[in-house]
Amino acid sequence: MAQTAAATTPAVDADAANSAMWTSVGYYVLLFVLAAIVVGIVGKILRVYDLTLQIQGKKSINWNRVMGVLFAIFLVVGFYGAYWEFTNQATMHLPEAASVHGVKLDEMFMVTFGITVIVFFLTQFLLFGFAFKYKGSDKRKAYFYPHNNTIEKLWTVIPAIVLTVLVITGFFTWTKITNSNDVAGDAKAMNIDITGHQFAWEIRYPGPDGILGKKNYKLVTGINKVGVDFSDKNSFDDLTADTIVLPVNRPVRLNIIAQDVIHSVYMPHFRVQINAVPGLPTYFKFTPTITTNAMKAETDNPKFEYLLYCNKICGGGHYNMQKIVRVVTDSEYQTWLAQQKPYLSDPLKKELKMVVDTTPKPAAPAPDKKLALNY
Amino acid sequence: MSTIAVHDHEVAHHGHDDHEHHHHDTFITKYIFSQDHKMIAKQFLITGITMAVIAMILSILFRIQLAYPDKTFPLLETLLGRFAPGGHLSPDFYLSLVTIHGTIMVFFVLTAGLSGTFSNLLIPLQLGARDMASPFLNMLSYWFFFLASVIMLSSFFVEKGPASGGWTIYPPLSALPKAMPGSGEGMTLWLISMVLFVASSLMGGINYVSTVLNMRTKGMDLWKMPLTIWAFFLTAVLGVLAFPVLVAGVVLLIFDRSFGTSFYLSEIVVQGQVMPYEGGSPILFQHLFWFLGHPEVYIVIMPALGISSEVIATNSRKPIFGYHAMVYSLIGIAVLSFIVWGHHMFVTGMNPFLGGVFMITTLIIAVPSAVKTFNYLATLWRGNIRFTPAMLFAIGLVSFFISGGLTGIFLGNAALDINLHDTYFVVAHFHLVMGSAAIFGMLSGVYHWFPKMFGRLMDEKLGYLHFWLTFIGAYLVFFPMHFMGLDGVPRRYYAFTEFESMKRWLSVNMFITWAAILSALAQVAFLYNFITSIFWGKKTTQNPWNSNTLEWTAPVEHLHGNWPGEIPTVYRWPYDYSKPGHDEDFIPQTVPFSQTMSSNLPHDFEDNEAGLEAHNKWQLANKPKEEVK
Repeated sequence: MAQTAAATTPAVDADAANSAMWTSVGYYVLLFVLAAIVVGIVGKILRVYDLTLQIQGKKSINWNRVMGVLFAIFLVVGFYGAYWEFTNQATMHLPEAASVHGVKLDEMFMVTFGITVIVFFLTQFLLFGFAFKYKGSDKRKAYFYPHNNTIEKLWTVIPAIVLTVLVITGFFTWTKITNSNDVAGDAKAMNIDITGHQFAWEIRYPGPDGILGKKNYKLVTGINKVGVDFSDKNSFDDLTADTIVLPVNRPVRLNIIAQDVIHSVYMPHFRVQINAVPGLPTYFKFTPTITTNAMKAETDNPKFEYLLYCNKICGGGHYNMQKIVRVVTDSEYQTWLAQQKPYLSDPLKKELKMVVDTTPKPAAPAPDKKLALNY
Repeated sequence: MSTIAVHDHEVAHHGHDDHEHHHHDTFITKYIFSQDHKMIAKQFLITGITMAVIAMILSILFRIQLAYPDKTFPLLETLLGRFAPGGHLSPDFYLSLVTIHGTIMVFFVLTAGLSGTFSNLLIPLQLGARDMASPFLNMLSYWFFFLASVIMLSSFFVEKGPASGGWTIYPPLSALPKAMPGSGEGMTLWLISMVLFVASSLMGGINYVSTVLNMRTKGMDLWKMPLTIWAFFLTAVLGVLAFPVLVAGVVLLIFDRSFGTSFYLSEIVVQGQVMPYEGGSPILFQHLFWFLGHPEVYIVIMPALGISSEVIATNSRKPIFGYHAMVYSLIGIAVLSFIVWGHHMFVTGMNPFLGGVFMITTLIIAVPSAVKTFNYLATLWRGNIRFTPAMLFAIGLVSFFISGGLTGIFLGNAALDINLHDTYFVVAHFHLVMGSAAIFGMLSGVYHWFPKMFGRLMDEKLGYLHFWLTFIGAYLVFFPMHFMGLDGVPRRYYAFTEFESMKRWLSVNMFITWAAILSALAQVAFLYNFITSIFWGKKTTQNPWNSNTLEWTAPVEHLHGNWPGEIPTVYRWPYDYSKPGHDEDFIPQTVPFSQTMSSNLPHDFEDNEAGLEAHNKWQLANKPKEEVK
C-alpha cells in the first residue's frame, strides 16, 4: 500500500478545487476497485487450478499446509519485526530518568520487560510453531490429551511466583514514591503550586518565607488567576513564574489542583504524573537529578527541554498545554528566583484596592484588606 | 424461576405445536419483532457489524488527522461540513471521533454485538433448549439496543457535535457544557443512549443467566457445558452485577448536568466564571465508572475466549486441554474482575494506599489469564489442526491475547503506571488484549457459526485473505504504539505538531495510519463474503465442522423450537475429539457411552458406578484385542 496521500489542491477556484477533489477520490476508488478485481481474478485462477488438479486426479491444493507455512513465515518475519522495533525504536525512548525515584522505576521497568519479553517470544514461538508443526493431515489423528494436573499446577504456580515478586517490588516502590511526608534527615521539600485550567498551567512559588499562601477558588478573577487569598499573610511574598525552574538534587513537592476540568501533570523525563482535579488537591514529590544543560549534552540535542504537559483529556486545546521545566544548579536557581515577579502585582493590588507601592502619593487611605476581599 | 421451569416443560412437550406456529409468522413477527433467539442473534450480529463498520470509519478519520496534521482534505469538508472546516478536522470533532469510536466499539460492538449474537444463538442451541427463558424480554433487549444505537449515532446531527470527553466521560469535562462543545446536547444523547443500552444489556443478561441455569436438556449438567456457555454465563453474571452501577453513575451525572446537583463537582471556575458547585468529587464518578468499566473489559473478552476455546478444540481435533482449569480460570477472572477497577485510577488522586491494594489484585488476575493461554497452547500441541478461517482467527486471538496481556503487567504495576498512564502504551495494550483479541473472537465465531445462522457456508479463501490482512494490519497498527507510549506521547492528542519532541513520531503515525487503512479495506473482503454468502453461499451440511456440540444436531433449516422432535439428551462432555479406540475423530455429546465401548475410559465414569462396572466388564471381555498398548 505504498500510495501517496490524497492530493490536496490549493483552492484557487472553488469549482476547480471541487472537481479536482472528486478526481482524486475517483482515482482512489478506482485503485481499490482494481485491487478488488485482481483479488477476484486470483481467486478464480486458484479455483480453476484446483479444479484441473481434481480432474487430473491429483490432490487439490492443501490449504492446511499453505496456512501452516504462512504461520511459520509470520513467526520468523514477526520476530524479526519485533526485534527491529526493540532495537530501532528503542533509540526513540525517553532518555534516562532525571529523578531519584525515576531511576528505580526504570530498573523495575527493565526487569518486567526482561520477563515479559522472554514469555512473549516463547509463547508466540510455541503458538505459531505448533500451528506449523501440527497442521492437519488426513493421515494423522490428534493425540487425545485432555489434562495433566502436574503441568497445570506448574504453570499456575510459576506465573504466580513471578507476579508475586513483581507485585512486592512494585508495592514498596509505589509506597515510597507516594509517601509525601518529609523523611527525617532528607532536605525539606520546596513547595511549588501548579494550577491547571483550560488550556494552561499557572505556576506559583512560595517566596522567601517558603510557604505558599492559601487559595480559594471563589477569589478567582481575571488578574488573581488562581484565587490567592490575601487574608493569609503568607500570600504576600508569593511569586509567579512562566517556567518551572528547579534546583537540581533538591526535593520538590508539586501542589496540584485544577480549576475547571481534570488535567494531568505529566513530566515523563522525571517519571512524574498525577492528575490535577478540581476540588481535590493532589501532590507529587520528587527530586530532579540532572540539569537541563547536562541533559542537552547527554541527548546531544541543544534544544532539549524538560516539559510538563497535560495528559488527561481536557478539551479542544488538550494537545497543546505545555510548560517548560528547567533544572538548574542552585546558584542559577537563586539568580532566577530573584528575578521573578511577585504574584501580588500592581493590577492585582488595584483590584484588591490595596496601596500600590510604586505610586508615590499616599493619598488613598489604607483599605481594610479583609473588607476588600469581600467586595 | 418456577415459571421458567414450567415454560421449559411445556415447550418441551409441545415442540411440534411450536413448529406449526412457525408457519403463521408474519414478516413483522419473523424478521422484526421476532422472539426467536436465532433471529434475535442475527439482528444483534448485523447491527453489531454495522456499528463496527461505522466505528472503524471514525477511526480512519482520526488516523488521517494524526498522520497528516498539516494537510487539508477537501473531501472531509464535503463529508463532515462544519466539523472539518477547510478540509481539516477540528480539534473538538477529533475528540468526538475518538470518544464515539471507543463507545461504539466497547459497548455496541464488543458487548452487544458479541454477547448479544453468540449468547443468543448458542445458549439455547448448545444447551438443548427450545428458546430463551423469556423470549419477549429477549426481543425487548434487541430493540432497546437498536434504539440506543440510533440515539448514539444521532448525536452526529446535533449542532455542537457528539460527546467528546473520551469514552470514559469523566466529569467535570462531561458535566460542564461550557467546557467543550461535545458536552452539550451530544453528551445528553450519549447518556440517554447508555441508559437504554444498559437496560438492553440487563434484559439480555438476566435471560442468559436464567436460561443457562434452568433450561439445560437432560444430561447437560454444568460440567458438560461447552466452554462457550461457561463464558457467556459468567459474562452475563458480570454484566448483571456491574452495569447497574454504571447507570447509577450516569444518572448522577445527568443530575449534575441538568438539575444543578454537585455529586461530581466542586470548586469549579470555568473560563473565569466561578460556579456554585460545592462538595462533590470527580473521583466518585471514576469509581462508579470503573466498577463497571473493568468488569466490562472482561465482559468483552470472556465470550471471545469461550468462542476460541470451542473453535480451537474443534479444529485441532483435540479436547480442550484442562477443561476444569479453563472453567476455574474463567470463574477466577470473573470474581477478581470486580476488585481490580482501581488500577485505572492509580494517578487520578485516589488514595495511594488503595493504589497499592489494587495493584496486588490486578496482578493476581494475570494468573488465570496465563493459565488460559498455556491451555490453548497445550490444546494445539500434537493436534491435527484444520485451518478454517474460524481457526485462523482463534489463533490470532491467542496471539493478541498474549501480546496485549503481557503489557498489562506493566500497567497493572502502580509504580510503572506513573509514567505510562494515558500514553500510547495504554492504547496499544488494550487495543491488542481486548480490542483486536475480542474482535478476532467475534470474527472467529461468525465464520464458525455462520452455517448455523444462515444455513450456508462462507467462502474460505476470502476468509484466509481477510484473516491475514487483518492480522498483519492489526499488529502493524498497534505494535509501534507501545514505543510512542514509552517516549511519553499522550493519547487523545489532536496533533503532535506542538511538541518538538513528538515530531519524530509523525512518520510512525503515517505508517500506522496506512496499516489501519489496509486493515480497514480488508474488512471489505469480509463484508462481501458475509453478505453474498447469506444469499448465494454453498449450502451447508448439518455438521460441517464435525463438531461435538449440540447445536450441530439441530436441522439446518431453522425451526422455532430448534429441534423437530424431542430435544436430544446429552451423555458426555463436548470435547471427545480423536478419542483413541473410536473410528471417527469426534463423538457428539448425544452419543451414549454404550455405543462407544471401544473408546471409553475409566475417567468417563467418575460419578457413574453402573457405567464403570459395565466398562470394566467390557474391558475384561475385550482385553486380548486391546493389548496393543
